[in-house]
Amino acid sequence: MKRFAFLYRQMDQTTSTNRKLQALVDYFQAAEHQDALWTIALFSHRRPRRTVTTTLLRLWAAESAGIPLWLFEASYDMVGDLAEAIALVTPPPERSETLRTLKDWIRFMQELKDVDEEAKRKAILEAWSQLEQDERFLFNKLLTGGFRIGVSQKMVTKALAQVLAMDENAVAHRLMGDWTPDNTTWDALFQSDSALDDHSKPYPFYLAYALEGAPEDLGALSEWAAERKWDGIRGQYIHRGDTWFLWSRGEELVTDKFPELETLMKIIPPGTVLDGEIMPWKEDKPLPFADLQKRIGRKNVSKRLMIDIPVIFKAYDLLEWQGKDLRERPYQERRALLDPIIEAIPPGYPIRLSPMVPAGSWEELTTIRSRAREEHCEGLMLKRMDSAYGTGRKKGDWWKWKIDPLTIDAVMIYAQRGHGRRASLFTDFTFAVLDGEQLIPFTKAYSGLTDAEFDEVNAFIRRNTLDRFGPVAVVKPELVFEIAFEGIQASSRHKSGIALRFPRIKRWRKDKLRKEANTFQDLQEMLEQYG
Amino acid sequence: MALLTFSDKGFYCPPGDFYIDPWRQVNKAVITHAHSDHARYGHRQYIAQQDSVPLLKLRLGSFIQATGYPYGTTFSIRGVKVSFHPAAHVLGAAQVRLEYKGEVWVVTGDYKLAPDPLAGSFEPVPCHTFITECTFGLPIYQWPEPTQVFTEINDWWRENQEEGRTSILSAYSLGKAQRILCSVDAGIGPIYAHGAIENTHDVIRQMGIALPKTERITDKTNKKDLTGALVLTPSSGMASNWIRRFADPVTAAASGWMMVRGNRRRQSVDRGFVLSDHVDWNALNTVIGELHPEKIYVTHGFTDLFARWLQDQGYDADVVRTEYSGENEEPLEEVTG
Repeated sequence: MKRFAFLYRQMDQTTSTNRKLQALVDYFQAAEHQDALWTIALFSHRRPRRTVTTTLLRLWAAESAGIPLWLFEASYDMVGDLAEAIALVTPPPERSETLRTLKDWIRFMQELKDVDEEAKRKAILEAWSQLEQDERFLFNKLLTGGFRIGVSQKMVTKALAQVLAMDENAVAHRLMGDWTPDNTTWDALFQSDSALDDHSKPYPFYLAYALEGAPEDLGALSEWAAERKWDGIRGQYIHRGDTWFLWSRGEELVTDKFPELETLMKIIPPGTVLDGEIMPWKEDKPLPFADLQKRIGRKNVSKRLMIDIPVIFKAYDLLEWQGKDLRERPYQERRALLDPIIEAIPPGYPIRLSPMVPAGSWEELTTIRSRAREEHCEGLMLKRMDSAYGTGRKKGDWWKWKIDPLTIDAVMIYAQRGHGRRASLFTDFTFAVLDGEQLIPFTKAYSGLTDAEFDEVNAFIRRNTLDRFGPVAVVKPELVFEIAFEGIQASSRHKSGIALRFPRIKRWRKDKLRKEANTFQDLQEMLEQYG
Repeated sequence: MALLTFSDKGFYCPPGDFYIDPWRQVNKAVITHAHSDHARYGHRQYIAQQDSVPLLKLRLGSFIQATGYPYGTTFSIRGVKVSFHPAAHVLGAAQVRLEYKGEVWVVTGDYKLAPDPLAGSFEPVPCHTFITECTFGLPIYQWPEPTQVFTEINDWWRENQEEGRTSILSAYSLGKAQRILCSVDAGIGPIYAHGAIENTHDVIRQMGIALPKTERITDKTNKKDLTGALVLTPSSGMASNWIRRFADPVTAAASGWMMVRGNRRRQSVDRGFVLSDHVDWNALNTVIGELHPEKIYVTHGFTDLFARWLQDQGYDADVVRTEYSGENEEPLEEVTG
């Protein structure tokens, strides 16, 4: 645990990418393989299962600190992170444990799964009394399962590539899939050939950057392919051997959530991997993204839900065909293979091609993009014709060219304290539009302000709180903000009758008074036009 | 009779007809220390510990009428016996002890238990009524050993120096800056200071107090000379264009708020050191346990929670609302430069 805590401190104490990378390399070189494997797992959101509830942890933290529960809860509110709050209030160790490493502590936690509450209590208090503050924090993070640290998967991959003397892309590929340190070993993951025989293993997703400048700057249009940017979930469809898998971009296996796609096995041959978008789709039209969220949210996908919100796979790339990895081949070649395969599939199967969007000039494409909202799209994707299918995010070959968001000027009416690093600040705001003298709340929005503006808004809220409901402050309705959002939908779940997609604060309209904000009528009109 | 009442101008002593750290203009103000949330402009007369007087004049103007007394000397204001006692917060910081007809009250101002190179060691003063700050009155605030923190600062500075970078550490100009200056290993390299800090240093040196060598940063300071140096700045310097003059800077902040990860990150500095001139949770409880006053009032900080904790422990404790910056360790002057 000492070595892992040292790594954590190094990562936490610097913002320099080089130093972080070096710290990871040093760690991977020195750590035992099974510890290193757990470290990789934690950095890639593969967490050990929770064996103790947070309610019990709070009780025991208060007990260990010798404070009443209400005081622990207040402390936790201030810190915003349970693992950290516990680490801060519990006393320093009487005798620091040096023998158990990361993997041992994880086993220690896993073994709590089947013991009774009193045994759990003893074990947890015992653990806290042996660990230094940083180590207690990490131990608690493992216990509560919310392990997040400022390390990108890319950096971990890079460090491992250095340590293993392997190609970065090869490492990224080996790190994919549903392995856990409990079902694999270091050698199996990185050295053996069989790791890649695992039928479920997806390829690393290639990600696009947002296009900031003018499309003309990309060069001749003839070198680029355009297609629609769909508002679904990025997914990888795998048919290998006699099974199929569906992965989401977050590297989550979502096969069970979309059983209707199983039928694709009948018409797509084994040895095929498709990249595309999982879309809610009805009457040959996309449904709102919110509908897809309903499907993801459910544990069990009912027949009813599948009828109400059917999904399709919108294919736009072919990564593997006849068991061969095509990722190094140019995009246009992959598309030349993909298009006839998908077009040959008889209607009725839940799969569609994401067609290329032809255009004669950048201007024409710009016009097409401006109509994206009518097509229920977020804009266009631009992919270089001769581009290989890369790993992770790389600038240059793939761009997302989104339409400008919709905007509306609204009045801030409630503010709520944030969590984690923003626990002592108001970070979540509720906004309203005008309806005569009344204010109709219609959305929440988070960031989008500069640090200075943010502090200023917080100071305003502290001075102008009219009332409090728990963590929510009722703010004097005076400040006007421009709220940007990607889409608008009718919603029965919201009081205002509408739901926004990706709402965020675009800017603070200090030049506007409350009476100059937009009205409920304006919002209704937007719903009619774009909903 | 209450020795102090709590008015909208601050703590008022009716028999003595004076205020302690008032935030509105008054005739006679007894001042605990020279930070601007405790020592405001515009009082007709200032009375403070003697080391505070030059600092008050630096901050409020040399024209102010200020009287200084050494620690432990009792003087009388209309029959109320007043004396100053070390608070170890910053140079000249004092607890104010009031005695009248056998009744003793103590106002702590801001204080810490760890000894301070310039502000001395905190002296517990027995009293009937104890008015204490509780800026960090929650059990999440338990300071690490200062020596350990200074080792961390030295290591950080040395490491940056090895990479040919400039270490920039934010600390408020009266107190924290000198505490760091006197505690880091000056053998590592040159130490520079922002004008606001150096102005304070000038005054302190004029008082005959020796400080390690510092260089004032001016427009003429050569960028190259700063490579490998430690630069002390108030946090306002960190937020302004000022910082851009440094080649490849590494930034850090030293404050009690750095105890919590979220605050460390929000400071948008590379590194946070836990170093405070206020009492932490353990120190607060130690002091109160030792003094065991009949009545406790808590001011700025987590007052409601700390008062409730004290009540749970069987103390007669209440909250007094004040206008000290409390939640914000940064005195106001730092905001204006």
